Amino acid sequence: MLELRDVSVRYGDTTAVDRVSLDLPTGEVLAVLGPSGCGKSTLLRAVAGLEPLAEGRVLADGADVTSTPTHRRGFALMFQDGQLFPHLSVARNVAYALRLQRVPRDLRSARVSELLELVGLAGHAERLPATLSGGERQRVALARALAVEPRLLLLDEPLSALDATLRERLAADLRGILTRAGTTALLVTHDHEEAFALADRLAVMRAGRVVQSGRIDEVWRAPVDEATALFLGYARVLRGDAAATVLAAGGLPAAAALAVRRSAFVADDAGRVPATVRSARVTPEQVRLVVDADGVGDLDAVAPLGSLVAAGERVSLRVDVTRVAALPADNRA
Amino acid sequence: MRRTAGLLALAAGPVLVLGVLFVLPVTGMVAQGFWADGRFDPRGVLDVLGRPRVHRVAWFTLWSSAVATTASVLLGMPAAYALHRLALPGRRAVRAALLVPFVLPTVVVGVAFRQLLGEGGPLGGLGLDGTPVAIIAGLVFFNVAVVVRAVGAAWESLDPRPGEAAAALGASPWQVLRTVTLPALRPAVVGAASIVFLFCATAFGIVLTLGGVRYATVETEIYLLTTTIYDLRAAAALSVLQILVVVGLLALAARLRFAADPTASRVTTAPRRVRRSDWPAVALTVLLLVALAAPVLNLVVGSLRVDGGWSTGNYRALGGTGDGSGGGGALLVPVTTALLTSLRTAVDATWMALLMGLAVALIVTRRSHTPGERRVRSVLDGFFMLPLGVSAVTLGFGFLITLDQPPLDLRDSALLVPMAQALVALPLVVRTLVPVLAGIDDRQRQAAASLGAPPWRAVLTVDLPVVWRPVLAASGFAFAASLGEFGATSFLARDDNPTVPVVIFRLIGHPGEMNYGMALAASVVLAATTAAVVLAVERLRVPSVGAF
Repeated sequence: MLELRDVSVRYGDTTAVDRVSLDLPTGEVLAVLGPSGCGKSTLLRAVAGLEPLAEGRVLADGADVTSTPTHRRGFALMFQDGQLFPHLSVARNVAYALRLQRVPRDLRSARVSELLELVGLAGHAERLPATLSGGERQRVALARALAVEPRLLLLDEPLSALDATLRERLAADLRGILTRAGTTALLVTHDHEEAFALADRLAVMRAGRVVQSGRIDEVWRAPVDEATALFLGYARVLRGDAAATVLAAGGLPAAAALAVRRSAFVADDAGRVPATVRSARVTPEQVRLVVDADGVGDLDAVAPLGSLVAAGERVSLRVDVTRVAALPADNRA
Repeated sequence: MRRTAGLLALAAGPVLVLGVLFVLPVTGMVAQGFWADGRFDPRGVLDVLGRPRVHRVAWFTLWSSAVATTASVLLGMPAAYALHRLALPGRRAVRAALLVPFVLPTVVVGVAFRQLLGEGGPLGGLGLDGTPVAIIAGLVFFNVAVVVRAVGAAWESLDPRPGEAAAALGASPWQVLRTVTLPALRPAVVGAASIVFLFCATAFGIVLTLGGVRYATVETEIYLLTTTIYDLRAAAALSVLQILVVVGLLALAARLRFAADPTASRVTTAPRRVRRSDWPAVALTVLLLVALAAPVLNLVVGSLRVDGGWSTGNYRALGGTGDGSGGGGALLVPVTTALLTSLRTAVDATWMALLMGLAVALIVTRRSHTPGERRVRSVLDGFFMLPLGVSAVTLGFGFLITLDQPPLDLRDSALLVPMAQALVALPLVVRTLVPVLAGIDDRQRQAAASLGAPPWRAVLTVDLPVVWRPVLAASGFAFAASLGEFGATSFLARDDNPTVPVVIFRLIGHPGEMNYGMALAASVVLAATTAAVVLAVERLRVPSVGAF
């Protein structure tokens, strides 16, 4: 559906987006993940036609849309804070694009109710945006963007303006809505949780470039370098002897560096890495430990709930091999 | 590239208009000073600048403006606090009424002060008529509202928590004011003060009516030089001096305003109940209001007195031409005709100023996509603000000497006066509209575009609902400004087709009790009209109106 070919965006001397190429098949959701200032929002705006390209091409359904103005691209853009039109009711906001297309009134109102139903705001049609909560506004923005069945939905950090509980709930809803509507979507975010909650594919961006892209589980299992691993939520990266010790304990082939998640080490009598507990903290899910592992150094680890471990005790750690990722040697970031 | 070209196309209209109606007259005026017998010769200008009278005029302009500015700030601060932070009953109405002195025609205010301070006036015993004190009082009368509004808006949107934190640390209300509040208000105060100074230094009608020939400022001196002794070179020299000083001041004011725009954030704090410590501020505010109301009320009373008794005779006389020395009237047309001329002129000036102002505001507020576009935009921005930097008298005089030859012979055009007034009102319109347009999140337009709205449709959806009230308010403001405009009009209005301010000035210049009574009545009518327009505008509650 969407193809980016060597897309660059420059502001004066700074290159915000540097020769990015991406493919997004129809019906899939691609998340562009990167720290703030990496150029991901600029990339999204370039796809929307809001930033002129310095070079490269944007293709939609095989046709070059590089110089097509925003309003003729048929890509709906949903902003971080919704950007509802404040003087229009919820229903009028959702119907906005339908009115532009001169959809007859009865069809239009049917479609609006259907969409409000879809986003769970059926009773709110006549409210004004200012009377809605942040989450509700985001849902209206989504309904408004979906109204004309855009061939591509562009989402700019759709959940980051919301608080944690709301974010989790809306993420699940959003995913469901996108799947049901069969929408192709491009989403940019700095939050890997948001990306995992919504996307099928992932592109990691840093300093204007895409450093890694692929199916979400592929990227997740094999981060291309240390910075990517850390950005994807790995807690630490081990090198040299420390990495070798852990790899050996997990029965894995040797590698130069190893990214480990917080829960990669489990306190277990059958474990093969001895360690001294530095601190222990009980959380609702598990007991979180910070340990000093022999020959490895400081590590995060977990123990099952109910285990009585205290600072200064000796424990053994088992390596959960699904929660570590070997990194290629030459990609030290 | 295409965007920059589009921008230039959009800007072409206003640029052309401003080029012909502003740059041409002003350069024509300036050239008068520097060219003698077809040759460039700056000696004449230097010669003029060396004259003792010019020194005296320049010095008087500076010190009277400085004193008036200081007084405006000192008197305006307590009122800004009381009217914008305290829950005083009727504060909205008072705030609206405060806008009236600012838009009152300058000639009217001059007449009102003469009526108050002159022989036989309630304060005649003070012997202030025709003194610098009277001029300064008149300037303060005009400009104190600017301070109250600008500082009040800043005070209103000031976060109260730092002050509360200071109080919790043991600071008394006075210490809070001195250590927390005033420093936070400083940008607004300095910004307001520099604008007030600018208004004072270029004030025309008020100084001319109260100071006459004895106390001239640069602005009135230019007028006197051109109309009474026809020393165009000296007038041009003074214009150049004034343009340089004013543009410098404006640049300074723009920088200071940039520090904190009181209209940018409208997070307002709810007004709080009056405490004991607020009493001095409230008392000073009441005093200020009385002082502002006195000349106006006295003017109304005076207009209703004929030969020591109450009468509407002065108003009835407006249908005539006054009392001339040689048997005919003091005027060529009845005052009522002048009133119609004024209204018609103001309507024309309003739509012109509005069209120009809207185009300019749209141009300067759109987001730039490329550095080239940004440069073009900032050049245009500065260009469009130029009329603020040039005095109305210079502009009027420039019109007179440059737009009098084909293909631009506008001397007899009915549009000459409205065009000059529109240029004078233009900065007012732009200042009202720019904060509103700049306050619209550009992403709203982008959201509309991404939903399939073409650019014009995006403007209808996003800009129009937000901007129609400010447009209406700006029109009212431009209308009021045009009704009272005197500086440029005094040059351009023909004797057989004058506006009301011109007529009033002529009437007070003619001897005769009837003429003076008619001037008072005409002043009241004009003042009532502008006040009605401005109070209607104030009802629209547009925060950027009157924020300079």
